[in-house]
Amino acid sequence: MTVEYNPDQKIPHPAMWGVLYKSSTPFWEGVKNKKIMLQKCKSCGNLLNPPRPMCPKCQSQENEWITAKGTGKIYSWVTFNEAPHPAFKAPYAAVLVELDEGPRIVSNMVDVKPEDLEIGMAVEVTFEDVAEDLTLPKFRKAG
Amino acid sequence: MLQEYMDRKYRTDNKPSVEANLIKNNVAIVGIGQTQYTKNSGRDELDLACEAIQNAVDDAGLKMSDIDGFDTFILDRLSLPMLINSLGTPNVRFSCEVSGGGGAGCAVAVHAAAAVATGQADYVCCYRSLNEASGHRYGRGDDFIEYMPVALTPNYGYIWPLGFVTPLGWAGVWGRRWMHEFNITREQLGWWPVVLREYAQNNPEATYFGRPMTHEDYMESPMIVDPLKLHDCCVNTDGAAAYIITTVERAKDLKQTPAIIAASAQCCPIEQEIQTIYQRPSISGLVETWYVGQELYRVAECGPDDIDVAQLYDPYSIGGIIQLEELGFCERGEGGKFVEGGDNIRIDGKIPCNTAGGLLSEAYLHGWNLVIEGVRQIRGTSYNQVKDVELSMVTGGPGVASSGIILRR
Amino acid sequence: MAIESIKDKTAIVGIGVIDFSTNIGRSEWYSACQCIKLAADDAGLNIYDIDGMVKNIDDGPDPSYVQKGLGIDNLTYHSESHWGTSAMMNAVQGVASGSCNYCVYYQAAHRVSGPEKSISDYRVAREVKDDSLDMIRYDFFSPFGLIGQPGYVAMMYRRYMHETGITPEQLGWIPVVDSENAAKNPNAIFFDKPITIDDYMKSKVIADPIRELDCAPKVDGAIAIIVTTPEKAKSMKQKPVIISSNAAGMAPEGQFHTSYTRDVITELPEMKNMGDELFRIAGIGPKDIKLAMLDDTFTPYVPLQLEALGFCGKGEGAAFIEGGERIRVGGELPINPDGGLIGQGRFDTTRIVEAVRQIRGTSTNQVAGADTILVASGAGGPADGLILRKA
Repeated sequence: MTVEYNPDQKIPHPAMWGVLYKSSTPFWEGVKNKKIMLQKCKSCGNLLNPPRPMCPKCQSQENEWITAKGTGKIYSWVTFNEAPHPAFKAPYAAVLVELDEGPRIVSNMVDVKPEDLEIGMAVEVTFEDVAEDLTLPKFRKAG
Repeated sequence: MLQEYMDRKYRTDNKPSVEANLIKNNVAIVGIGQTQYTKNSGRDELDLACEAIQNAVDDAGLKMSDIDGFDTFILDRLSLPMLINSLGTPNVRFSCEVSGGGGAGCAVAVHAAAAVATGQADYVCCYRSLNEASGHRYGRGDDFIEYMPVALTPNYGYIWPLGFVTPLGWAGVWGRRWMHEFNITREQLGWWPVVLREYAQNNPEATYFGRPMTHEDYMESPMIVDPLKLHDCCVNTDGAAAYIITTVERAKDLKQTPAIIAASAQCCPIEQEIQTIYQRPSISGLVETWYVGQELYRVAECGPDDIDVAQLYDPYSIGGIIQLEELGFCERGEGGKFVEGGDNIRIDGKIPCNTAGGLLSEAYLHGWNLVIEGVRQIRGTSYNQVKDVELSMVTGGPGVASSGIILRR
Repeated sequence: MAIESIKDKTAIVGIGVIDFSTNIGRSEWYSACQCIKLAADDAGLNIYDIDGMVKNIDDGPDPSYVQKGLGIDNLTYHSESHWGTSAMMNAVQGVASGSCNYCVYYQAAHRVSGPEKSISDYRVAREVKDDSLDMIRYDFFSPFGLIGQPGYVAMMYRRYMHETGITPEQLGWIPVVDSENAAKNPNAIFFDKPITIDDYMKSKVIADPIRELDCAPKVDGAIAIIVTTPEKAKSMKQKPVIISSNAAGMAPEGQFHTSYTRDVITELPEMKNMGDELFRIAGIGPKDIKLAMLDDTFTPYVPLQLEALGFCGKGEGAAFIEGGERIRVGGELPINPDGGLIGQGRFDTTRIVEAVRQIRGTSTNQVAGADTILVASGAGGPADGLILRKA
């Protein structure tokens, strides 16, 4: 069961999309093309998520982008019994997924009810067009 | 109210003693860094900040991991955790932000110096990053209203509805009053921007490098907000700058000649607002600059005649010239005559001012570029180097809670 | 010479607290001036002698306006700080470095009744306008409905439960003990009488596993604290409270309540860095602390602070608080005898005020022999703290 939205409310969009925070642009461009892109430091190979203009390990400002496999495990989750924003219908869960490459991302599950979630559950990415101008990477139970 | 200022008698009995001042001669600026100053960086402010800070760290001969303190304006839009997560500094022990817009130009150094002098941090990085030209402009009313929080600035409720919404207009009011009271002429006013533009012709990093301006050009330039012409006003800049502060003791092992802080001061006299200071007995002067000057001279135990070069925060020409009066470089009301012809503020003059071009011709980086030029004058590496500089003064913005430092070799 | 550390270089000589409320009916500007007047009176200080002002960025009007309200001719030192009570550090540095004589730290925030566009909402307003680089990280949370601090903390807390086995029945002792203490404190408006662990378990689960009673409520309030040198303090009205140590700490990959990119997300490394520094400066250890004022904005942070500050081992925080015996007044390490933020509302400077009262011996819930007190703030983000002691 996926997150249900109130159709008359705007889902919060990634605000900095390419305008004020350019480091994020390739991530959201990737999502549009149904890929999870990860920023990688060209100098030391460190994977940087969220993206940033300088690698905190080696201070290089050179980086490239790799495509993640899109598989991982649930690291933690939270169930909202009250919606903190009018676009979302409670209850729903936000999950923290640890990707097999290492970085963690926040997302939602499309097929698992909040009460059936477990830490360590293997998941894989799927992409959902939640609004005309917004695609989000979401996850389903793997296998 | 402000009896000290009205009588021009600075009270010292209510100040901490000079001996108790731990900053004096114990703290130094040891690294400076900047990005290119442009009109459209095409990069975000976090990106620019990282580059400027890295440059300052390299300049000092430090490692990024040495930095354990950060200081900036409350106006800066970077979130410190976000910045640290990019820079990778492992244990930041001190952070601070200063209000008051450009007035805090040097106050940031004051607080960083206090942290270093009291052992609360080893190396503090003072940074400022802004896409002022391509992004949000402080000089544009609509942006300004959106940007300034209402509760921070209750006075704006009285003036915004009247269309009185930009810093230029607010300053124009006290600027005109000064011109009126002391018979300052338009021709006199023009020499400040003209001399600064001359300096910028030797500074390849300046916005107006390669674009000279004569006094005639100035006189023919359009009036923006009467009494201020286009070239009375600062440039808009995309860019970032940073400098690093540590103890004189640690500076000995570093790469550069340290610019030692002989005195630092921050002053917020009563009836302070952001540029709209109309309730004081006299509005034709810059009360805060006078207080800053008095405190600097008290702590450094020197006077205006001892200062070899000055970087005065000049968002507009009037702000620069009145500061010359309030800091004692000339008599009250004599600022117009003092700058006439420009010689007094040129490189061999009585007090060379804003030798990299200042905010009018180099860059509008909220005074960071002034501090950097003040440091260069001490190092002897300015594009317009003044001979044998012993004491180099830098001030914060006029018409707001202000600040200043005196650097020495 | 620059000094090695600020140990014993400054003292708190005055505190001013207005009556907290959920609908105060006046401006933050008014409250700021009022609490500073109260603090000056408490210290026996002429208000015109104040020459330094520091505050949290998000709370209350600028120093220049407060100064105008009070009629102080000139300030020679003022600045702002972001988090917890970290502005205290600026006050300490201002006084210790000889930049000012009497520095007041004020926090005036009407978080319930304050106008929507009050400065407390400054950054929030900017977020809505998509105009702040502060908010970048929310790009990766908000579209998925992970919004608001209770949710952010819940994500960490679930993992903490998974890793250490801490249960709500254990964590609930924080609000239970807070409520017991708050019932004795007239300025703690949220509990007239103590609650039980059953009451806690029945509390609404808002962002599972975070309950309503795990979160400190908003409140209207104003507090001022005056700092000067111990020498000047000697001739003043109150027995001075010596600032034995003051420190702040940050750590890599830190974000407010959302440091999810760290290898381990169930620790407070900022708090650990801060605590290590605090003890180093003071030259003492956790065992010397008689009373701890900890940040209970969100209850899961209390056991994590106990662990980070060395009051117990990693993963032992839950056992430490269970049953409440150790953390009550008279226990091994009393925590927040004023009722904490759960009892008084979200107002970080209350911790410093209570510590000062405990050392003066004027608390409504006095801890015997409370001569060395640790104050910690900023759990879940940049941390800061103090060790205060009797003169």
